Amino acid sequence: MTLLSLRGIRKSFGAVDVLHGVDLSVAAGEVVGLVGDNGAGKSTLMKTITGIYRADTGSIEFDGKDILALDPGQRRRLGIEMIYQDLSLAKQQDVASNIFLGREPTKKLLGVFPGFVDKSEMDRQAARMIERLGAHLPSINRSVGSFSGGQQQTVAIARALTFNPKLVIMDEPTAALAVREVQSVLDLIRRLRSEGIAVILISHRLNDVLSVTDRIVVLRHGRADADLVTARTNMNEVVSRIVGGGDTAAAAAHEQRG
Amino acid sequence: MASEQPGFWARVQRASVERLHIRLESLVVLLALSTAMALLSPYFLSLSNFLNILLATSTIGVLAIAATFVIGSGGLDLSLGSVMGLAGVAGAFVAVNLGWPSVLAVLACILAGGIAGYINGQLVTRAFVPAFIVTLGMLGLARGLALVISQGRAIYGLPPEIVYIGQGRPFGVPMPVIILVLTAIVAHAVLAYTRFGRHTLALGDSEGAARAAGIRVEHHRRIIYTLSGALAGLAGLLFTARVNAGDPTAGINYELTAITAAIIGGTNLFGGRASILGTMIGALIMGVLQNGLTLLAVQSYYQQMAIGAVLILAVFIDQYQVRKESRV
Repeated sequence: MTLLSLRGIRKSFGAVDVLHGVDLSVAAGEVVGLVGDNGAGKSTLMKTITGIYRADTGSIEFDGKDILALDPGQRRRLGIEMIYQDLSLAKQQDVASNIFLGREPTKKLLGVFPGFVDKSEMDRQAARMIERLGAHLPSINRSVGSFSGGQQQTVAIARALTFNPKLVIMDEPTAALAVREVQSVLDLIRRLRSEGIAVILISHRLNDVLSVTDRIVVLRHGRADADLVTARTNMNEVVSRIVGGGDTAAAAAHEQRG
Repeated sequence: MASEQPGFWARVQRASVERLHIRLESLVVLLALSTAMALLSPYFLSLSNFLNILLATSTIGVLAIAATFVIGSGGLDLSLGSVMGLAGVAGAFVAVNLGWPSVLAVLACILAGGIAGYINGQLVTRAFVPAFIVTLGMLGLARGLALVISQGRAIYGLPPEIVYIGQGRPFGVPMPVIILVLTAIVAHAVLAYTRFGRHTLALGDSEGAARAAGIRVEHHRRIIYTLSGALAGLAGLLFTARVNAGDPTAGINYELTAITAAIIGGTNLFGGRASILGTMIGALIMGVLQNGLTLLAVQSYYQQMAIGAVLILAVFIDQYQVRKESRV
């Protein structure tokens, strides 16, 4: 079943055309790797899916609905989550505040005044989510800016998973992590797939992409240049499609070594 | 990260920041300053002087609440003092020159401030002029308009209902003090415990994170600037009612004191951290400082210098601590 379907997405910033008509579809519970050289348009494409950018032309359907006109908050409520490379955390706020930012549970103060944030409920759910991820944080009442990179990543992941998303987009989730943390992120992606959650993984680490995805889409010059089934491709082919042909044996061998 | 076993002081500090949203240092400064003034002047420690300090703090306090919201959201409002002056004149004009009912005069104060703030917000979010420039421009615009409306002279002869707002003393407590306390309670609840307040701080912390979280960033900023202007309008009402005149020069340099109070109270100059309780302590520090220096017969010129120095010192200490925390 197709969960997300993009057709003919174009996006330009002033005179610079970034996306020249991208087609992309993702099925429910599918893990799709999105690879491409720097400047191929990966981040721009993802931001048109989350609604940070509005596509100039083209159509975006999610779960059978046209979402082109929706803002980021509305798309999030439909079940599209993104973990940004810079994590997009509010560093001076605590764990629960970040996880629930923009969708805080509320209660009535003294049973009268509505709209008050239910902080204890937030803390409880945040603690449960962090525990479910098998992570350890010094304290969930500390500002996230005081955490290590891996711990901050945990908070960003927890934020993406707390509201039962249908699609999680991860932008270079392993780029800044230690070896063991990389493995736990890859395990997490496999777990999401087994729970029927679709994942779009953007990564320069082709070993990670080859080991965890079902499909690999290569973005090149603002187009989806290749759509490869992971089980029937290899490092050599992926690298060759990214750089656009030529002798890529040396580059592929380099990537293989990781 | 801090060492495994933080010291007692560090733990108390953290608890006070997390639970009460107060920087402990500001309370210490307030107590130390009050003790010093009490030792230096025999007139300082008395109920009437205490109420005097609160009364003198009421206008600045309301402005400082406005400054806290704006700075906490990562913005800046330099037009607070001028908008306050404009609002006071607008209210007096409606009551005296137009002879309309006092209720409308009160509304005129708030509305004049709110409109000025709304214009600030529109310019900041739609015209992409930096808040610093927009509100600096408004500082000139609002002051000029106040002088135009009043033809450069104070408007006297306010109706007794309005004067009561500034000079009335139900149960012996000055009305402006009561209004400040009520405003502060509501503002504290909004900033610390509502979605609006949390989004305000998240916005000041990281605009990108707020946007990614689906918060309508520009819309939120426009509300904050409008709120700031409306609060400046309330401050203008309190001042006008207290001095029983719509003075077009009211509130000159008040933004300096208000922003200083907010920063002393623990508001991060660059946004993301702010508390109304902290700001109230900051406003009291400014009030005690001015009151004490007056009692000690220090010329007001020096008071102005003291406030400026305190602002720079407060930001220095704040930034020093931020750098120290990020180093370990």
